[in-house]
Amino acid sequence: MATNVSATARTAQSSSLPMMALLAGWLIPGAGHMLQRKWIRGGLLMVSIITMFTIGLALKGKIYSPNTGDLLDILNFAGDLGSGLLYVLARLFDLGQMPVQVATADYGTKFMVVAGLLNIISAVDAHSLATGRKRS
Amino acid sequence: MTISHFGAVLLFALFTSIVFGITQRSEPRMMIRFGAFCFVLFVGGTIAASWVMWLIKH
Repeated sequence: MATNVSATARTAQSSSLPMMALLAGWLIPGAGHMLQRKWIRGGLLMVSIITMFTIGLALKGKIYSPNTGDLLDILNFAGDLGSGLLYVLARLFDLGQMPVQVATADYGTKFMVVAGLLNIISAVDAHSLATGRKRS
Repeated sequence: MTISHFGAVLLFALFTSIVFGITQRSEPRMMIRFGAFCFVLFVGGTIAASWVMWLIKH
């Protein structure tokens, strides 16, 4: 009986790990890998994505909001949203709301969008590791 | 913060290559190789495209 209960608990835990890795990896860059004790990979992903997002902000790039009608704005918003909590924090502190006036600010906008897209890739990678679809 | 165009290219290529290397390969050795390959392609492609634009203009 006790064996059955522990086996059931193990199954439930292992089935929830992929979704937890996906969600954690999306909210905090690299957290999905760290959840699976892949500290170096998670750390490198975290540093890379957070640094890219921060450089984008420092270059005075634009953070897109959800209520725009232009298709490109919607796609850029989807990219920004990929950064998870970084996007939420930037919106909370009103960062990235200045109009883009110089070329490097436009670079900053692209840095932040790409950081979000890279974060989505890394979260999906964490999910694949957890399900066993990707080796090691 | 101010940054040169080439500096932006280098930073972009560096961080993107790290993420590509980790996520697209399974073995650590292959991750480093693929990351380096992506970095060279990003920077080399940008330099090549710049020269193409210069040639079109002149």
